[in-house]
Amino acid sequence: MTDVTRRKLRVATTSLAGCFGCHMSFLDIDERLFALLERVEFDRSPLTDIKHCGPCDIGIVEGGICNAENVHVLREFRANCKILIAIGACAVNGGLPAQRNHLDLGQCLQEVYLTEPSVTNGMIPNDPELPLPLDKVHPLHEVVKVDYFIPGCPPSGDAIWKFLTDLIDGRTPKLGPDLIRYD
Amino acid sequence: MTQALETAAHPEKLRRVVIEPLSRVEGHGKVTLLLDEHGHVEQARLHIVEFRAFEKFIQGRPYWEVPVMVQRLCGICPVSHHLAACKALDQVVGAVLTPTAEKIRRLMHYGQILQSHALHFFHLSSPDLLFGFDSDVGRRNIVGVAAAYPDVARQGVLLRKFGQEVIRHTAGKRIHGTGSVPGGVNKSLTQAERDELLKDCYQMIAWSRDAVRLVRRLFEQNLAMYRSFATFRSHTLSLVRADGALDLYHGGLRACDSAGNKIFDHADYDHYWERIAEDVKAWSYMKFPYLKELGSDEGWYRVGPLTRVTRCDFIPTPLADRERREFMAFDDGRAAASTLGFHWARMIEMLHAAEAIKDLLHDDDLLGTDLMAGGKREARGVGVIEAPRGTLIHHYRVDENDQVVRANLIVSTTHNNQAMNVAIREVARKYLDGREITEGLLNHIEVAVRAFDPCLSCATHAVGKMPLSVQLVEADGTVVDTKVRE
Repeated sequence: MTDVTRRKLRVATTSLAGCFGCHMSFLDIDERLFALLERVEFDRSPLTDIKHCGPCDIGIVEGGICNAENVHVLREFRANCKILIAIGACAVNGGLPAQRNHLDLGQCLQEVYLTEPSVTNGMIPNDPELPLPLDKVHPLHEVVKVDYFIPGCPPSGDAIWKFLTDLIDGRTPKLGPDLIRYD
Repeated sequence: MTQALETAAHPEKLRRVVIEPLSRVEGHGKVTLLLDEHGHVEQARLHIVEFRAFEKFIQGRPYWEVPVMVQRLCGICPVSHHLAACKALDQVVGAVLTPTAEKIRRLMHYGQILQSHALHFFHLSSPDLLFGFDSDVGRRNIVGVAAAYPDVARQGVLLRKFGQEVIRHTAGKRIHGTGSVPGGVNKSLTQAERDELLKDCYQMIAWSRDAVRLVRRLFEQNLAMYRSFATFRSHTLSLVRADGALDLYHGGLRACDSAGNKIFDHADYDHYWERIAEDVKAWSYMKFPYLKELGSDEGWYRVGPLTRVTRCDFIPTPLADRERREFMAFDDGRAAASTLGFHWARMIEMLHAAEAIKDLLHDDDLLGTDLMAGGKREARGVGVIEAPRGTLIHHYRVDENDQVVRANLIVSTTHNNQAMNVAIREVARKYLDGREITEGLLNHIEVAVRAFDPCLSCATHAVGKMPLSVQLVEADGTVVDTKVRE
């Protein structure tokens, strides 16, 4: 056994402009999670309280890029992860949130926060604590180099399991036609 | 009272502490604290920092796409949005559901309640409760629970799995399925599917009961702290059935004051806007709803499991109702009034969901073939459902070309916006004020947020993006740069 196969691989995950559905699908590996934990340990992830990504073997990113904070987090992941995986439709091509790309966002904001009839004291949120939104939603590979793409909305737990176990065992990950899907 | 600690008088002189990102919650949020030179907390805010445009970009889409699109607001509770949209669009297509369609939808919904509550309790919150709020950060997660309490972790994973399987059999897939459509459902259960679910559901009832008792033991072990942690008084809002029973799929709106006196009851949700309005604050993309008749300062309220379990008249399944009565009586009613009581109530609802699934699986209507209904076409529809995190409102207007022309969504977590802010201020005042801030103390703030099981992803649904004015500000409050974009 080489050193690499003996130590646990370190895995970081995050959701950017996504819905957490890909993370839920990850948990849909169900009790195989316990077998996975024999081989990996988690760094930053919505499941842990580690707030910033440290050096990792694998980074898994769900969701596209919709604001400046997403860009910072994605760059932090790229800088720290040997292998970066874009998981799910939003990370791969922007997904459903990118349907806002044809809208004028200034007008959107006005409608939602100023002229919406149920709103009483209209104002557009502008506090410095709120990160700068981008005018378009972008897929990950427009910002950093991505090593693998797993399509699907979301990819199934079985697909994620097959992909990760291939990777961890040192095989080139391969999803057959029964596991690749785009819905 | 509600204004206390919301806005510091002189923020520019204060030290900023940020918890970012909030972890073990769904979606993007952060908490900022401003402290004076003696460490006194002057301001505490929960910010929702993301901002989408779902309500806008579904305009122009054909209405039948909506239930499939809007569920992408949330990967944890997609079924809530799927069903709330379908309930609204049932009105648009003039449908009164067939018994098979309504029961399949209910089964799907209770499957979701079970999986979402299991996820929240076991995967996200149990590490705080089992190890302690300021325990070792490296262990304070589901991996740590799996090592220290393997049975608890395993039951959590399998409870969630069962709920997901109920969803898969009714919706077609576990996440973002397609089973419900305006006017009905597109599949019922086969005998084989029913038998497969029935085989496991008694075990799920037993484990859910164990989970209720686990929370009870946690209360007993830490009574003084659990009773008071992040606790505050508030109004409440929930759906109840016509006879006052807990019903998570359908009912009328019930609002109560903090003592449980009814402000309104069995209100038709079709005109929800006569009851609820929304405030906006500059520092969060999430709006602040309130009960109109009480006004924006006093009218904020709390939704979700704690509200539903304590404000319904009874739970219509026997084991959950017995647990409800014990919960209400425990510690002279103080557990039922406490913020950490959310977890107890959530597990009672999980037990109820498991019982409700068992009852539904014994109903032959689930195997029926009469799936769709229709009627006189209407121009608008409102659908309200009790999602895992609370009352969820969908409202659509559809034109004669079947295109959506207007949509309004008020999601569960948004209703809890003010309540969560009050909870973190309570914790900041009691645990952090004047002390040296440590990671463990900051986690106390997150424990308060987690009690609500917020879905911050859902909560950002409405919005376009692009604030018109953006400032770059240093930690000390100095404005470095201001950009304005038209």
